[in-house]
Amino acid sequence: MFKIQKLQYKNILNIENLIIPHNKITCIIGESGSGKTTLLRMLNKLISPDKGTIFYNKIPLTEMDSIELRRQVVMLPQSPGIFKGTIKDNLLIGLEFSEKPMVSDEELTKILEIVNLKKALDNVAEKLSGGEKQRLALGRIILMNPDVLLLDEPSSALDEDTELMIIEKLVTYCKERDKTLIMVTHSKKIAHTFGDTLIKIKNGEIVNQEEV
Amino acid sequence: MDGIIQLQMWQMASAYLFIILLLFIVRLKGIPREKEILISTVRMTLQLILTGYVLVYLFDNINPLYTILTIIVMETFAISNIYKRMKNKLSKKIKRVIAFSMVFGTLFSLLYFLLVVINISPWYDPRYFIPIAGMIIGNSMTGISLGVSRLIDGLRDQSNLVETALMLGATPKRATKEMVNNAFDAAILPTINSMVGMGIVFLPGMMTGQILSGVSPLTAIEYQIAIMLGIVGSVALTVIIFVQLGYRTFFNKEHQLIMEDH
Repeated sequence: MFKIQKLQYKNILNIENLIIPHNKITCIIGESGSGKTTLLRMLNKLISPDKGTIFYNKIPLTEMDSIELRRQVVMLPQSPGIFKGTIKDNLLIGLEFSEKPMVSDEELTKILEIVNLKKALDNVAEKLSGGEKQRLALGRIILMNPDVLLLDEPSSALDEDTELMIIEKLVTYCKERDKTLIMVTHSKKIAHTFGDTLIKIKNGEIVNQEEV
Repeated sequence: MDGIIQLQMWQMASAYLFIILLLFIVRLKGIPREKEILISTVRMTLQLILTGYVLVYLFDNINPLYTILTIIVMETFAISNIYKRMKNKLSKKIKRVIAFSMVFGTLFSLLYFLLVVINISPWYDPRYFIPIAGMIIGNSMTGISLGVSRLIDGLRDQSNLVETALMLGATPKRATKEMVNNAFDAAILPTINSMVGMGIVFLPGMMTGQILSGVSPLTAIEYQIAIMLGIVGSVALTVIIFVQLGYRTFFNKEHQLIMEDH
């Protein structure tokens, strides 16, 4: 899926070799400031490395159109932007951005169930709490049905019980549909419970990669 | 055309009483603006005297080169004024876009206005060319300044939304659509508002000038309507070129948002 060779980015990342497997749940752990988010942003081609190559399905990212890549490899940032309008507008906007066909309200409601957001579709999105916004944004990218989901601390604003429930639903969803999930998490419990592969980053370098 | 009262020196001087009044008020209120008021009054006076003499010379020595030179000077001043007005440092790329939009937008509107609407002859007649260029360039300068600051502020304040949209596979054009529309709106709104108030709330400068110099108010309004439409057209054209090219300077060829140098 993703293969990284001799990657360097400022003083933030320095990765000699890294393979992130296809159709698996990969959890990236490490202290804050270790370069986890930078790595995700690079896989989404939101930034490019100074040196080295990232391959996606054996093709170097430099040879891929950034927009096409981001439509297959979608990223959820830690503080996702919520757009003006309703919950429905915010769910559909991902489809609009990626020029995918719209879906029915019924499907949108199903998505809200997956992310455990018990709100009506016509509620104003900006009035949601931090945790609810995070779940809405998660729902938005699930709806886009991408091949790869890059999630940066998708549950940081949630309490532990909700966090475990949402991640479990998300992991089940990804496994049922053969998706690749790459998730930065602060929670060792989540990483060890759900991750197929664990990658530990320290000071921009991969210090450990293990199969669980 | 001979009905105009020529101002005597003492009459001119008496008009400065307004400035003395203003200075008195700011001193009384303790507002530290005396220096600026004095400097701007002196600048205004000197600049206008100089312009008066330059215009007299240009009208007496009609020459296409002089007209072209005047337009170049006006455009240069307008563009550097836009750069100076911005509180943030502008990137080289966006400066180029501003200059291009100003030159292309104003010249296109100006030439259309002079050659098609008014149909002046010769095409470089400074009596028409220069004042009308001044109005078109001046208004476009104000419009584009508003557009530039609104676009930069919008993209900076909402860079999180732009990045979220990019992460979801949006094109830079789609990701910045709201900020671009807001910038266009902010730039064009004062011109639209001034059309609404025109003739009722205030009499526009050009029309007032023509009436004072003895032209029939009916002729004066014809010109005013035409120039107002020309101004709207020029502001719209200049700003639309700017926003359409301007947002692109915030992205590199990999469609990545680059905010550092803006």
